[in-house]
Amino acid sequence: MPSLRHKMPEQSAEKRRSNFSEVALGYTADTAQAEASRCLQCKTSPCRQGCPVEVNIPAFIKHIKDGQMDAAIQEIKHKNNLPAVCGRVCPQENQCEKHCVLAKRGQSVAIGRLERFAADHGQTHDNGAHPALKESLGKVAVIGAGPAGLTAAGDLAGLGYQVTVYEALHAPGGVLIYGIPEFRLPKDIVRKEIDSLKQKGVTIEVNAIAGKTFTIDELISEQGFDAVFIGTGAGLPHFMDIPGENLNGVYSANEFLTRVNLMKAYQFPATATPVHVGKNVAVVGAGNVAMDAARTSLRLGAENVYIVYRRSEDEIPARSEELEHAKEEGIQFHLLTAPVKINGNDKNWVTSLECIRMQLGEPDQSGRRRPLPLEGSNFELPVDTVIMAIGQGPNPLVQQTTPGLAVNKHGNITADEAGFTSKEGVFAGGDIVTGAATVILAMGAGKKAAAAIHDYVQGKKARNHG
Amino acid sequence: MYPILEKRELSPSVKLFVVQAPAIAKKCQPGQFIILRMDEAGERIPLTIADFNRQKGTITLIFQEVGCSTRHLGRLGAGDSILDVAGPLGQATHIEKFGTVVCIGGGIGVAPVYPIARAYHEAGNKVISIIGARNAELLIMEDEMRQVSESLHITTDDGSKGRKGLVIDPLKELIAAGEDIRLVMAIGPVIMMKSVAEVTRPHSIKTLVSLNPIMVDGTGMCGGCRVSVANKNKFACVDGPEFDGHEVDFVGLMARQRMYHEAERIEREAGSCSCHH
Ligand SMILES: Cc1cc2nc3c(=O)[nH]c(=O)nc-3n(C[C@H](O)[C@H](O)[C@H](O)COP(=O)(O)OP(=O)(O)OC[C@H]3O[C@@H](n4cnc5c(N)ncnc54)[C@H](O)[C@@H]3O)c2cc1C
Ligand SMILES: Cc1cc2nc3c(=O)[nH]c(=O)nc-3n(C[C@H](O)[C@H](O)[C@H](O)COP(=O)(O)OP(=O)(O)OC[C@H]3O[C@@H](n4cnc5c(N)ncnc54)[C@H](O)[C@@H]3O)c2cc1C
Ligand code: SF4
Ligand code: SF4
Ligand code: FES
Ligand SMILES: [Mg+2]
Repeated sequence: MPSLRHKMPEQSAEKRRSNFSEVALGYTADTAQAEASRCLQCKTSPCRQGCPVEVNIPAFIKHIKDGQMDAAIQEIKHKNNLPAVCGRVCPQENQCEKHCVLAKRGQSVAIGRLERFAADHGQTHDNGAHPALKESLGKVAVIGAGPAGLTAAGDLAGLGYQVTVYEALHAPGGVLIYGIPEFRLPKDIVRKEIDSLKQKGVTIEVNAIAGKTFTIDELISEQGFDAVFIGTGAGLPHFMDIPGENLNGVYSANEFLTRVNLMKAYQFPATATPVHVGKNVAVVGAGNVAMDAARTSLRLGAENVYIVYRRSEDEIPARSEELEHAKEEGIQFHLLTAPVKINGNDKNWVTSLECIRMQLGEPDQSGRRRPLPLEGSNFELPVDTVIMAIGQGPNPLVQQTTPGLAVNKHGNITADEAGFTSKEGVFAGGDIVTGAATVILAMGAGKKAAAAIHDYVQGKKARNHG
Repeated sequence: MYPILEKRELSPSVKLFVVQAPAIAKKCQPGQFIILRMDEAGERIPLTIADFNRQKGTITLIFQEVGCSTRHLGRLGAGDSILDVAGPLGQATHIEKFGTVVCIGGGIGVAPVYPIARAYHEAGNKVISIIGARNAELLIMEDEMRQVSESLHITTDDGSKGRKGLVIDPLKELIAAGEDIRLVMAIGPVIMMKSVAEVTRPHSIKTLVSLNPIMVDGTGMCGGCRVSVANKNKFACVDGPEFDGHEVDFVGLMARQRMYHEAERIEREAGSCSCHH
């Protein structure tokens, strides 16, 4: 009988429902070493195939087992610029841990938790040694300071490029800073990861909106950048186009989470940005975004928080840990339920969400069984707030102002595996190319693009000199 | 940081800042706006670029103190800095020679209408302007507007300056007098823009209005600024802020602008907002 995974210490559900502190508290060194001892150090290390950035998992785990924590974090950082983030938010059960040989018994090595442990150790024990800047190999601009852009920037700076990241908002981090809540990913952790990029020589300019403040063509022709990487994410919120969506009290998840996370509305009125929650909140959707919005509403004082999802529990796309945490905290699930209408009062405020029950029919293109409405099963959920978390599309600002940049029918930038777009010298990756996906996939794309940019710039320089 | 180079008080509650923001000054066009965040605790608020100087790298902001953020901002002076200024945002006004254009500014709305009137004027249009305010003290930019207008009409609610009445009064007279108006550009309180649109609708005079819903990011990311135009949702920060006044759901816009009235009251009364520090 193989040993069991070590549990993650957590704040109790009762306590954390009313605070914004991190839910998962992290392994102690002893637990981490004990968990690391479970790893079989497989020669083939199948776990690595599940990691989009190919972290050398057995190697860093062995360092933890041996108590060499500095070596562990250095090993991870060869491949992963944001380990404290990935250790917390990667859907590990579908990635590295899914491929672990122990996963067959449902007890894979807790790779994510160990990565988090090593990264947190690294953040608190920074030895201050940073590689000196090499002579510049060229100038690269990165648009968007989300995981894709930051990863590309970090790798390029490491290779010896002068890198400037342009970010539209007043703070870098992308979804890590405006979307994912403090209780799941403390903003201090994100800021420290970003600071370590700055120490690598990356320059970050905030309040810089590509397509508005400047164009991609200007970066190349006027500012002398050798290449541009676009990592602008999937920031455009979708609405359902049902009646009542413009009532007061209806939010996109983006707006709700931005007010709370980026603008710190949970400290209002000490901070100046308000947010409305009320007693009863319905969140439409069941992905990570929906779980974050629901659990945030709870922490802001809502008494009843409902997840309204048109498919069944099996199709819930959120990370399994988030789903578990949401249930423990008392989020109420209306599965196989779809909103049809939002009702309001004469002051234009939401009073209820009208829903219809669904049943699962034949599989659709995605292979999941298609939800079909059950005629006559309409019912009303009395709520003060409705949060739409049904997905995001690509923001069009860059595409509209960059002639020669091909996009697909959804407006996503077309790019190949390496990040090459249809436009010379312009690369793209992350959610802007794939549509809303995951942090680690965006980072993987940033990494591949950094390598491609390096080849491209050096090739061009060689040709120009030859 | 964005240094404030100059400050003027246009009225006790209306302030003008000249702010150093070279990248924005280089790019901005009439009709566009910025979003600023005063300090770490501040909210992101949109203000129109009322003027700009590309050589000096400056933009001019004119704002009315209506709540905590604008009051707090009003306490800054020349030599202070604003933490974040992002822009230029929104679509620029489409400028061409139309013929006769009527530019209407109500209250603080005169500030955003001024650079547009000037651009129409420079493009060879006959610009007739109408500016209005509650009273003489709140009337701003009269001289600037006069300089770019063929004729200037002034109205105040109490008659303390110009004629007593609303900005639509001179507009109705111009229409009745057979003035060949090709375009009306109206910026001011929503209720004013709505009434201008009602006046021009029966005459099929193209009417543009600049909408001011509550915004957060200003880049199309939050959807908070959505307004219904021709029964379709538009994000005012990226699709606007200018829209065809005959297609805008003004009633819906006004209701959404009131979304945080209760919070804004709490903020003022709590005395804990940053403007009381
Ligand atoms: C609430 C929420 C929770 C999530 N939870 C998880 C999770 O638990 N695990 C997981 O793996 N994934 C999660 N995701 C998905 C994940 O965050 C994204 O897939 C990932 O952030 C994509 O990275 P990116 O760099 O492509 O884009 P983003 O993170 O979206 O960053 C793009 C950046 O570009 C900036 N930008 C956009 N346009 C411009 C412009 N014109 N000029 C300059 N800058 C611009 C944006 O402001 C933003 O900062 C979550 C997403 C959300 C919204
Ligand atoms: C595109 C645009 C351009 C604008 N240009 C100017 C300008 O040139 N000069 C000027 O004085 N005002 C302008 N405004 C309005 C200005 O943004 C608001 O008056 C300001 O945000 C109020 O903030 P407050 O905290 O002082 O007041 P609060 O007490 O918080 O709010 C007062 C009222 O202002 C509105 N408001 C509040 N927060 C916001 C917000 N984040 N975005 C938009 N409106 C809000 C609401 O309707 C609210 O009821 C513009 C608005 C928009 C959308
Ligand atoms: S980065 Fe993510 S997928 Fe890769 S090893 Fe770490 S937790 Fe697993
Ligand atoms: S597959 Fe599992 S046990 Fe094997 S090396 Fe990877 S983490 Fe260790
Ligand atoms: S202000 Fe957020 S989308 Fe317009
Ligand atoms: Mg305010």
